[in-house]
Amino acid sequence: MEITGDIATIGYGLATLGPGIGIGLLVAKTQESVARQPEVAGQLRINMFIGMALVEALGLIGLVAGFLF
Amino acid sequence: MHIPTIAEFFPPTIAFEGTIFEVNRITLVRLLSAVVVSALFWVAASRARLVPGRGQNVAEMALDFVRVNIAEEVLGEKRARPHVPLLTTMFFAILAMNITGVIPLLNIASTSVVAVPLLLAVVAWIAFVVAGIRAHGAVGFISSSLFPSGVPWPIYIILAPIELISTFILRPATLTIRLMANMLAGHLLLLVFFAMTNYLFVEASAALKPVGALAFAAAFAFTLFEIFVAVLQAYIFVLLTAVYISLSQEAH
Repeated sequence: MEITGDIATIGYGLATLGPGIGIGLLVAKTQESVARQPEVAGQLRINMFIGMALVEALGLIGLVAGFLF
Repeated sequence: MHIPTIAEFFPPTIAFEGTIFEVNRITLVRLLSAVVVSALFWVAASRARLVPGRGQNVAEMALDFVRVNIAEEVLGEKRARPHVPLLTTMFFAILAMNITGVIPLLNIASTSVVAVPLLLAVVAWIAFVVAGIRAHGAVGFISSSLFPSGVPWPIYIILAPIELISTFILRPATLTIRLMANMLAGHLLLLVFFAMTNYLFVEASAALKPVGALAFAAAFAFTLFEIFVAVLQAYIFVLLTAVYISLSQEAH
């Protein structure tokens, strides 16, 4: 059997692994902290989104790189 | 079957070909969303009363969301005040241009081409640099962002270039790429599922047709997800702008 396609697709698949784990950890830890201390939920949520934005950027760079190179 | 490619984001020119004012479908969508947002707020503002009606309530809630949940939460009530107009404008501009990705007939997020995110990121860059210069003076701002205190001086040899790149280049670059790539990925995702639905219903053998229903359900679910992403990306872009402003105002 012959498989044809673009190897960049596999690259993007790999690029999502790290950020996937990262976002999972981020959200899980934030949920844990909110459960412990609901009164600081607002601040925690903001920090979570900032962290998420940074982690997510890595996955998206993987996506864009697939189109560029 | 129509297989989605990157060419999706470079539709043929409609008018003014060869000039810098080239108009294509995406440009038209941008203009349309700008007109719609302006019209909505103009209507809401022109009918503003002390006792708000239904429309005004919605507009006020939307404006309050940016002011209270983004600007004041990050910057504090007093420091947030001068930046609220900019942040609000950015939020609704991004939201309007993102949401066109799921509106039937428009079907493309006008932020999925690099120009708009780049422009917005440049605006954000100017906003946090100006805020920093206002707070510390030009020399004070540059030295406080390149040489954070509390570090033994030999470290500065490594730290200063890293800070220079991360603050003044990577910040706007990641703002741009995050917004653009999110909308681009969303558009391609929707296209893949709708193209799959089309193929399975029209061209596939009878046994495979029920799978088409599954593909359509997935396409519908991802449409809802794209609405969420459109709001989330507008929120994150404005939140990060506020955070960058806050970081450049704080003395290190």
